[in-house]
Amino acid sequence: MKGLLLTTLLFLIVLACYASPGTMNVQDVPWDEGKALNITWQTPADSIILQRADSLGVWQTIFSGPALPAAYSDRDLIPNKSYSYQLIAIGSADTDTLIVRASAKPREQWFYMHKLSFLIILVIVSLAILIYIQRARMGKEFYIRRISGLDSMEEAVGRATEKGKPILFVPGIGDLDDIQTIASLTILSQLAQRSAEYDTELIVPCRFSMVLSAAREVVKEAYLKVGKPDSYKEERIFYLTDDQFGYVAGIDGIMVREQPAANFFLGSFYAESLILAETGFSTGAIQTSGTAQASQLPFFVVSCDYTLIGEELFAASAYLSRDPQQLGSLKGHDFGKLLTIILILAGVITEIVGWHWFKAFFEGVQ
Amino acid sequence: MSSFMSVFGLWMAVFFTFSIFSFLYKDNPFYKFGEQVFVGLSAAYWLVYLFYSIMLPNLFTKLFTDLKGNLILLIPATLGLMMLLRIIPKTQWLSRFPIAIMIGTSAGINMLRYTKSDMLSQISATMINPFNAATTSAMIGNILLIFGTICGVYYFYFSKKQEGISAVPSKLGIWFLMISFGASFGYTVMARVSLLIGRLEFLLKDWLHIIK
Repeated sequence: MKGLLLTTLLFLIVLACYASPGTMNVQDVPWDEGKALNITWQTPADSIILQRADSLGVWQTIFSGPALPAAYSDRDLIPNKSYSYQLIAIGSADTDTLIVRASAKPREQWFYMHKLSFLIILVIVSLAILIYIQRARMGKEFYIRRISGLDSMEEAVGRATEKGKPILFVPGIGDLDDIQTIASLTILSQLAQRSAEYDTELIVPCRFSMVLSAAREVVKEAYLKVGKPDSYKEERIFYLTDDQFGYVAGIDGIMVREQPAANFFLGSFYAESLILAETGFSTGAIQTSGTAQASQLPFFVVSCDYTLIGEELFAASAYLSRDPQQLGSLKGHDFGKLLTIILILAGVITEIVGWHWFKAFFEGVQ
Repeated sequence: MSSFMSVFGLWMAVFFTFSIFSFLYKDNPFYKFGEQVFVGLSAAYWLVYLFYSIMLPNLFTKLFTDLKGNLILLIPATLGLMMLLRIIPKTQWLSRFPIAIMIGTSAGINMLRYTKSDMLSQISATMINPFNAATTSAMIGNILLIFGTICGVYYFYFSKKQEGISAVPSKLGIWFLMISFGASFGYTVMARVSLLIGRLEFLLKDWLHIIK
């Protein structure tokens, strides 16, 4: 008797499943930041409407269209919040519709698998930098090719000294949270050392208070390093204004009135780059510029004597100081560039032969 | 009164526009005046703006209304005070701490940001099948994209002496860079001309009413 009942129950379940005209499954996307749910469905209907309940419980349509490919990924959700979905499968007749409901919570995982390539690249490049720094500390000498824009520094300082005129250094219009400003201040340190050695006046107008404080510290330390603390003039490193074009107008005025023999525009620049460089050119000063802002580089290239293009700005400090630690770091960066070239070549080859998984692995970070 | 102020404002704008334009001839008292007013006004404006839009709502209001709930804000407040201590020569060294925190944090955040946006995005965007193109010109464009990117990156490789065969990709890289700079230059000059047109339009339309 028991066996008969069990068989009947099993038969009914199988029948129910077979006869079911539609199902929907909502699952958390694995190994992610908990902001997405995968929704899949099975229905004989041709088209479907997928709805999600909002905070008031009102159904809002998030997808409407053909039933195939029977999958939808709902993104930009809030982690650990329960979401309810409703699938409306529309049959051939108007009355022949089916509604299926399901709910799930997107959950955040500790490790985001789609960022694995990001982690691998970071670890490899960081390790390379650390190894090269270590080797440099142990006395290994590294070669760096000539960067003409940086060789001009001696020439510029020498010219200013001969003429008895000051040097103008503009650390860009970025704040201290801009990596270009930090790179610019490391170059300022080297320039300040040379200007201190030759007793040449250095003018540094700043746009932001943090940059002003950092620039003063850097220059002061440079003067102390070469044993000329008395030559340091704090008032020549000053604040102008936070306003972009107000700052430029002020620098233009300095260039015209103080007539510096050498101008250095190093850091982050935007629309003001040409105004600065053209005014400097009109005063006859020897000009060196450098920025990683690709859109501003053309203006510097046409109006300055020397231009540090992008990465050269970041290599400048190591190049000028020849400090083993900085040289090791630069070698590590070079390793990163070589890795980039190798990966691009490998990616192009794999795309040609049809192995798209390789590109997808790196695209996962986007 | 409002009519007088709007006319006065218009004439002031015209005066300062001409004062700044006069720099095209040479440095002169009008430009000097315009420049000093601009620098002074903008410095004052930003001081007031930063105080009322950042310091007051994000720090002072929160600390005075709910100190217990905003204890974390005492950290940036202390760092800010340490920066202000630069005024006193004996305590100037204290400002090095907020500067160090700022530089260290920026470097850390930017390392991740730029590895993602400048390195990985560039790598994956260049991983293309150059022959998978609808037209011959698109195929040539794809090849140039791959070739130009590799040569451009190689130009910034500092560890090898650029002579002989190894100088070729580097020289090609700088050519690619210069061509792109030329295109960018032309594009931006067009945008700057539109700024000049805007100023001329102000003079001819709003001030002189010559054009409508």
